Amino acid sequence: MTLVVNDLKVYYNTLAGDVRALDGVSFEIADGEIMGLAGESGCGKTTLGNSLIRLDGRMRHVDGSVELDGQVLPIADSEAMDRFRYHSISVVPQYAMSAMNPTRKIGRMSRELIESRGIRYETVREEYERRLTLVGLHEGVLGLYPMELSGGMKQRVVMVLSTLLDPSLLIADEITSALDVSTQKAVAESLVGLRDNGFVRSMIVITHDLSILHEVADTILVMYAGHLAEKAPTESVIRHPRHPYTRMLIDSLPEVGVRFDQKRLEGIPGKPPSLLDPPAGCRFRARCPLADEVCQEQPPFVEIADGHQVACWKVE
Amino acid sequence: MGRLELRNVNKVYRVGTFGGDTLHAVKDVSFTAEPGQIVALIGESGSGKSTLGKMILRLTSITSGQILYDGQDVASLKGRQLKPYQAAVQGVFQDPFSSYNPIFKADRVFSMVKDSFYPHVPRSEWDDRLEAALLGVALDPDACLHKYPHQLSGGQLQRMLVARALLMEVSFLVADEIISMLDASTRVDVLNLLGDLKTRGLGVLFVTHDLSLGNYISDTAIILRKGRIVERGSTADVFDRPSHPYTQMLLESVPALHDARDPEHWREVAAARERGTCIYHQRYPEADAEAAAGDDNPIMAEIEPGHLVTCAHVDEGGGCGQAASGSAGQRRAT
Repeated sequence: MTLVVNDLKVYYNTLAGDVRALDGVSFEIADGEIMGLAGESGCGKTTLGNSLIRLDGRMRHVDGSVELDGQVLPIADSEAMDRFRYHSISVVPQYAMSAMNPTRKIGRMSRELIESRGIRYETVREEYERRLTLVGLHEGVLGLYPMELSGGMKQRVVMVLSTLLDPSLLIADEITSALDVSTQKAVAESLVGLRDNGFVRSMIVITHDLSILHEVADTILVMYAGHLAEKAPTESVIRHPRHPYTRMLIDSLPEVGVRFDQKRLEGIPGKPPSLLDPPAGCRFRARCPLADEVCQEQPPFVEIADGHQVACWKVE
Repeated sequence: MGRLELRNVNKVYRVGTFGGDTLHAVKDVSFTAEPGQIVALIGESGSGKSTLGKMILRLTSITSGQILYDGQDVASLKGRQLKPYQAAVQGVFQDPFSSYNPIFKADRVFSMVKDSFYPHVPRSEWDDRLEAALLGVALDPDACLHKYPHQLSGGQLQRMLVARALLMEVSFLVADEIISMLDASTRVDVLNLLGDLKTRGLGVLFVTHDLSLGNYISDTAIILRKGRIVERGSTADVFDRPSHPYTQMLLESVPALHDARDPEHWREVAAARERGTCIYHQRYPEADAEAAAGDDNPIMAEIEPGHLVTCAHVDEGGGCGQAASGSAGQRRAT
């Protein structure tokens, strides 16, 4: 197991009280697994990604543990985490467009970044250029300014740079959501290539778009309002979802080939509960057509088939 | 009524430090939007789709060409004549959160409509109208009136903006990426709302970059590339038998959950591409010469009734196989 997360709780401090964005989350990622993390805005997926690499000032580690390659990550201690960041756990942020310093050529910016981590740029330079060509970029991009590249190209430079030290875990947060469909595809393919070439061992791909995950992920973890709803191999989640939320979410997605006149899709009525003071029990209860008294108690996240875990009382 | 017609519409922006350079954002776009129809304007970023929406709403000027609303040239409207047009043609935009002033309550958008368009309507009658409009977009008036924007969800705010448009006697709605900021579970509700409005006789221009959304809701699909229409036709024709290489490329790039596309057609498309031909050229061998003669003004070929395709080779780096070997491509390069 590359990553073992056990009952992780991370809250946000606000004036109104604690926002329980991540409320008891446990899962594992196997070696070589690309796990898609899906959910709607405010479900805690970005909080989960951030907790694994950097808690910002408002976030508080309340409970639970994270183990990477058998080592416990000191996620609450930012200085102690520095040893792991970039070397064994790395991130590709959502806005690669603004992740790069606009006043430096990309090569110089990369040098500054790598040397700030105590590594001589010359020792990795050749490998860096080789990997840039692998994702379809010319090594000449190092002599350009970020503004001279398109969004998809910048996204790929950041991807290569983030994985240059062969981290065990890469967190990719919404990296395709700002791109056009044709660019999206190239970026998604490069992402899988990073794993296939052995540049990263495992990956968490965070997105709200399930259809992208269908293309890149081996397993999908669906979150709802700070809790886990379902984790299973990609095909099982897409074709045989068991949690009512996953099922309704997939049914509401328009796809090429589905038309309003022929088949009217339905959304999910209601909205997610506030995480400031979330109701006890299953958090999807208020919007769930199957809910009854049992659901007032929080359902455990249990394995119902091989590699298929669901948190719902109504699943046999 | 509410028939909107675009005739050879062009838009040139001045760009660069001193406005010395020009950017031809929209090139010779012509189409008609009938009442009771949803027209999807589909394109990637920079295709000019939002510029078209803004020109229809008169938020930006037209460089050349005409936009006719029920036969009347929209650009000629001035001063007081503009009000009836604004009441009839309304827009809803991408980001519902920035369409509201966070300092005021969200329902201020409704009172502003009353103040500027219907000052003589009595308060009680206005309240009834408002309630009807909100119910029309499936919102509970108690749940969304007298609230601040941060107390409402994105889907609610976006539906309130549609309700605002309905409060006026709107007959044409420009919906510019209205659901890209919404969550998946509420997205389809706003789409269905457009579908229901259509059955009530409203015309909608649905601007989007998402092919699956355009395909789900629209009757007519227009594919834009670099400001030019490359393919236009009924949604079923365009999506089932995409004939322009660019449309095909876009459709192939769309990640699909369950592949519902006709495998037979896709094999045919792949085979045609290997042969280095496109459907346009197969059926219109003479069009090559015509397009080259017209240079910047390619003709659209009707490959089946109501389904029009422009050849790619008039654009630099076009995806058409024939473009690489064709004479027109070379002539353009010199």
